[in-house]
Amino acid sequence: MRAETARAPGALLAIALIALPMSVALGAVLLGWLNLDAESAGYVWGTALPRVLPTTLILAVTVPALAVVIGVAAAWLVAVHEFPGRRLLEALLMIPLAIPAYLLATVYIGWLDYAGPIQTLMRETLGATAGLPAIRSTGGVAITLALALYPYVYLLARGAFASQGQRALEVGQSLGMSRWQGFWRIGLPLARPWIAGGLLLVMMETLADFGAVAAFNVDTLTVSIYQAWFALFSLPTALSLASVLVLVAALVALAERKTRQQRHYTATGQQARRIALHGRAAWCASLGLGTLVMIAALAPIAQLLAWAMQHAADFDTRYWAFASHSVSLSAMAVGLLLLGALALAGLQHRAGPVGRMLARTAQTGYAVPGAVLAVALFTPLAWLSNTLNSVTPESWAPILLHTSLATILLAYFTRFMTVASHPIEAGQLRITPALCDAARSLGLRGSRLWTTVHLPLLRPAILGAALLVFIDVMKELPMTLMTRPYGWDTLAVRVFEMTAEGEWERAAVPGIGIVLLGLLPVAWLMKHSDTAGARHAA
Amino acid sequence: MLRAKTWVSPTHRLLLALLTACMAAVLPACGQQQAASEPLVIYSSRNEQLIKPLLDQYARDTGQAIELVTGKEGPLLQRLRAEGEQSPADLLVTVDAGNLWKAADDGLLRPLDDATLNNNIPPHLRDPQGRWFGLSVRARTIAYASDRVQADALSTYAALAEPQWKGRLCLRTSKKVYNQSLVAMMIAAEGEDTAEAVVKGWVANLATDPFANDTAVLKAIAAGQCDVGIVNSYYFGRLEREQEALPVALFWPNQAEALGASRGVHVNVSGAGMTRAADQTDGAIALLQWLSSAEAQAEFAGENLEFPANPAVTPVAQVQAWGEFVPSLINVSTAGRLQADAVKLMERAGYR
Repeated sequence: MRAETARAPGALLAIALIALPMSVALGAVLLGWLNLDAESAGYVWGTALPRVLPTTLILAVTVPALAVVIGVAAAWLVAVHEFPGRRLLEALLMIPLAIPAYLLATVYIGWLDYAGPIQTLMRETLGATAGLPAIRSTGGVAITLALALYPYVYLLARGAFASQGQRALEVGQSLGMSRWQGFWRIGLPLARPWIAGGLLLVMMETLADFGAVAAFNVDTLTVSIYQAWFALFSLPTALSLASVLVLVAALVALAERKTRQQRHYTATGQQARRIALHGRAAWCASLGLGTLVMIAALAPIAQLLAWAMQHAADFDTRYWAFASHSVSLSAMAVGLLLLGALALAGLQHRAGPVGRMLARTAQTGYAVPGAVLAVALFTPLAWLSNTLNSVTPESWAPILLHTSLATILLAYFTRFMTVASHPIEAGQLRITPALCDAARSLGLRGSRLWTTVHLPLLRPAILGAALLVFIDVMKELPMTLMTRPYGWDTLAVRVFEMTAEGEWERAAVPGIGIVLLGLLPVAWLMKHSDTAGARHAA
Repeated sequence: MLRAKTWVSPTHRLLLALLTACMAAVLPACGQQQAASEPLVIYSSRNEQLIKPLLDQYARDTGQAIELVTGKEGPLLQRLRAEGEQSPADLLVTVDAGNLWKAADDGLLRPLDDATLNNNIPPHLRDPQGRWFGLSVRARTIAYASDRVQADALSTYAALAEPQWKGRLCLRTSKKVYNQSLVAMMIAAEGEDTAEAVVKGWVANLATDPFANDTAVLKAIAAGQCDVGIVNSYYFGRLEREQEALPVALFWPNQAEALGASRGVHVNVSGAGMTRAADQTDGAIALLQWLSSAEAQAEFAGENLEFPANPAVTPVAQVQAWGEFVPSLINVSTAGRLQADAVKLMERAGYR
């Protein structure tokens, strides 16, 4: 790669184009500062913000921390070890990805709150004062979000552990390291960029989450943003608050990148041979991961199914259309985002410092709450369409805005670029410069070098990114609601229709649809990217 | 490494297929809508299952094509605002007066002086300038544990702030617009200081942190976590249908004549107005008139166990069984005007 850092204006142009929607949205967010009305802004910044900031920070730290502990431990176990049920658990551990966090929150609150079955049983058997600690609390949100979001870390870390090669671990063993030391001093450091990438995604999603915190009635910055917008009717104040989220996300991402520089993560040698666990260790691994899967995935899905059965009458032929809209929007978004993310990954080192800055900008969309990003995109687009229309009446602009999928796809493109590009950028780090040099010495250059060497090596990373984007788009609600053309109702929109009037249990009907459709790509990915095991070292 | 080359094609093919799918899906969507004959476009934050059956019926009876776009109030209003004169929307439907007030205040709705609508909808349930009309009434009232509380222990919303209710009150979050309207109306009737004292009293009496929804409040009362709460009556209706022996009942507060301006159960509306950008004004007015008529009113309200806005129409049997009450007669647009003040008041009082 070193030989190829020559700048190319084309690369800069392509990256600028990819970053354009997010830059425009960012501009619209910052414009909020110019239109602040003193009264609402004074109240929100002076009174509401100081109250919600501590909770927001606590969640922004504890959720990623918990998710990393769960995700990395699970990934290390399934990627490097062999124990009973390993292959099944490896797949099941991804399932929480397909369950929207707000549905998981509803299930947990339904079970664990005072009026729920568990505390009711406790009161009946242990006496009237028996009970659990308050579930509707910051701690409750933290645990729920961690269980909903750990798969981001798990998916990326699993790929990293599986691809780091056996030589490093063998060297460690020859130096007398124990298995534990091998994890801390070799496995973990070599997987750092992947874990950090997953952690960033979890942190951004936590900062932008509204559904789960609203279900728990725990106030965070996002809640204040919506409060300013919906209750005080001050969109500029909401936008000014949202700029804080973007800033925090950008700073964290920059810090992560800084510490990664000057290190190399390329893989050497074959896939590591699995370490077989025996006896108690094996049972602990199976049982521990089994419990996790049960709590975070299987039991909640069973509950959603039970609720859905109570409202089975809601399920009519229209659901096929909702499901097909969900799937086609997700598939289209995957296509666009993979192209965008690959272009970012392949071109940014040739686009100079401005290009790198633009690439970073394109990757901040995930930290902005969906509804805020939706208005920040839609408002300039509508303005553009109106302007075009006043210049040339009967133009195509309003049609494109109102009746095509262009707006909604642009919205997904802007929000989920972060999700698509983190796995791919991390995957790139495993490609050795020596390999590129060798390819170059064989006469491969530019795009051919990319398609014949990089792309095949990035395949697992691309599949991982595709899976994350597919499921994230399927679960996405606020942007879909605001930017969909008529008739494009999806399963997530159905969930909204039910929850808007508090019919949470009825929302399980479309909710379970989202989960099941989300499971399809999970199964597909598991089939096509077994973390070796089958491919034993020669 | 050479074998890696064989991996190229599946990945490429996947990308190509996805890209083709994109193009295929974007392009027909452009043409598709053009063919239909000028449909009436409705932006609605009243959710689909509560409004679509009626609209379908109207479309069948009159042949009027209708496009329904549902969404959350805030983004939907912003969409309408951003689209300006180009907006395809002819009608805006929301589920609270606050957002209708805001839409009217921002000049997004067009004033109507229509005799049919003015006859069908009482003055306190519509905009004085005719920019929007309430179509169903949502009563926010007191629910109590019928096995532990005597109805005569209850009187007004304000009385729930008294010390006898310490540790016995459940509330929904102050972020919900229904509570914001309730407090806004209290400000209008009794002044900000009195309202703040009441809200502080409520907070002091809470049995547990505020809930995310009214159903949770009702379930907490049934489970014995608290004895009284404030909910919209239709949530009670829904739970009543699911559980026959529900140990919870509704109480209509603020009925005494001596209360003056504070008299009456707090009501909000689900309502609609014609947009400034409407192209199909005749069609929009005709639909509004029909929605306010006796024919549509029973179902518009009944679908969600609400009260019809048209006084000539009686509510469905289950709702009638909860008894008659005097509603607050302060114009519901007041809730929108004072909403921001109510939000700040609740924050000061520590009501989350």
